[in-house]
Amino acid sequence: MSKKILMTGNEAIAAGAIQAGCRFYAGYPITPQNELIAYMAKYMPQANGIFIQAESELAAINMVFGAAAAGARAMTSSSSPGMSLKQEGISYIAGAELPAVIVNMMRGGPGLGNIAPSQSDYFQATRCGHGDYHAIVLAPSTVHEAYYGMREAFDLADKYRNPVIVLGDGMLGQMMEPLEVAQAAAESSKYKKPWALSGCLGRAPNVVKSFYLHEGKLEEFNLLLQKKYKRIKEKEQRAEVILADDAEIVLVAYGSMARIAKAAVKTLRAQGIKAGLIRPISLWPFPETIFRKLSAGRKKRSLLVVEMSYGQMIEDVRLSVGDRFPVEFLGRGGGGVPSEKEIIAKVKHVTGKKLHR
Amino acid sequence: MKKIYSHPQSLRTVSTHYCPGCGHGIAHRLIAEVIDDLDIRERVIAVAPVGCAVVAYDYWDFDCSEAAHGRALAVATAIKRVRPQNIVFTYQGDGDLAAIGANETIHAANRGENLTVIFINNAIYGMTGGQMAPTTLLQQKTATTPLGRDASLQGYPLKISEMLALLNGVKYVERVSIHTPQEVIKTKKAIKQAFQNQIDGIGFSLVEIISPCPTYWEMPPVQALDWIKDCMLKEFPLGRIK
Repeated sequence: MSKKILMTGNEAIAAGAIQAGCRFYAGYPITPQNELIAYMAKYMPQANGIFIQAESELAAINMVFGAAAAGARAMTSSSSPGMSLKQEGISYIAGAELPAVIVNMMRGGPGLGNIAPSQSDYFQATRCGHGDYHAIVLAPSTVHEAYYGMREAFDLADKYRNPVIVLGDGMLGQMMEPLEVAQAAAESSKYKKPWALSGCLGRAPNVVKSFYLHEGKLEEFNLLLQKKYKRIKEKEQRAEVILADDAEIVLVAYGSMARIAKAAVKTLRAQGIKAGLIRPISLWPFPETIFRKLSAGRKKRSLLVVEMSYGQMIEDVRLSVGDRFPVEFLGRGGGGVPSEKEIIAKVKHVTGKKLHR
Repeated sequence: MKKIYSHPQSLRTVSTHYCPGCGHGIAHRLIAEVIDDLDIRERVIAVAPVGCAVVAYDYWDFDCSEAAHGRALAVATAIKRVRPQNIVFTYQGDGDLAAIGANETIHAANRGENLTVIFINNAIYGMTGGQMAPTTLLQQKTATTPLGRDASLQGYPLKISEMLALLNGVKYVERVSIHTPQEVIKTKKAIKQAFQNQIDGIGFSLVEIISPCPTYWEMPPVQALDWIKDCMLKEFPLGRIK
């Protein structure tokens, strides 16, 4: 039996993480993700887990490094400027092949920006920090998905020994939706961690590191990472596809933005315009296979990428579809959110059709 | 016949990359001896951050973690919290502990984490080629203070051990040196105390070891030992600070 409760996206992510077996959280306050750290402070100890309010974003991500190295399901969360500070640590986590989950509830930028929702950290999340590494990036779009997506995030992290970034925004973080919470605990124990630091009792010492000084060794290690990334690309692409088969115009949007795009698709269909939606759920690996399949359906169509940024995901869409379809763009930054009305007006412009109001 | 000397089990039988006359080898060995003496090799987890001793895990024969420059005490905090039964220590240089990682140092100490910190103070950045450290002495010439450290431009040698001793969370701070055999024996005793404190659940314990860096002090090893006695110890007096 499950019960339904009303929760913000931030709280749902925290609750979902604890439910997924996360037993270590370190974070630093930053708006708009403060409900998350507060939830962790209250409920992590009740789950016999560890909560630490770190002295900085740097300390928080490096605490996650340590907890992951010791074998715990560990996570931290932040928002855009704080995420920039975590980049070095995420690179170390990737380099040491540690499983960890990092949540970014994006806000407007650059710099201190503002605290309004934004999607302007797409490049940062999918292109990552220094060194040739990748984090798996998941973008939930509802409170329900934020909650249940945490289990998937931790499973992927453990499965591939890789950092997983959950990329949300201030809108998802602070909006409340009813949520049916899971009753059964996640089976986090199915991922064995023989590499973890626990003291060398009965085995040879373990070393957690990302340092390869001897000539050729770092390249060898990078080739292993590249093999792993190839496996992830083959197996872990995720997207939601709505009415795309016969669509003359396919909207592409992720996270909170996809909900508005979905409403626009509904309105457009009601007005006789064949609109569809592709909502990438994994931003890295980008669900390029789904875009490739578009050719199998209707030959003539346009894509309209809608983002709360000035065009970041659109690069991946273009790389995925090549020159088979024209790719148009609608985006706003600095906390601006493209409205359903703006999307419909853009569709009208792109398709050259007159629409009812 | 009683065996009174053997190679520590906690120290691998490999040669190190350290320069002639460097203090790291002595400090590594003392830690290994203490871990053997306390019979905790199979419980120990070391954190070796960026610095000359970044590959300490190649020399110690127990579990080790890397840490980013300055973040050893954040990493160690989490390891100890996740595994309170293990004995967790950091091995940090002056740049790591007192400059780029000063924030992590202060806050781990202030939280009173039950950790052991071995702090190697050689008044210089060795790994990167002899630049000024927070503990560099006034008038000391380095790659980044070619005219000598000038208080009006670069401030004063940072006495972070004395600063940390002010914090309620800190239980034990001692400054030792390895410039004579007698001081080496005292150093081992202090290291042992810092580990014993963790085993007994007493709390944050730090041993600052004054250590020679002949290469970047640009003097022969024996002269480096004299320089510790004649110059460094005037700025960094030995003894129990807390």
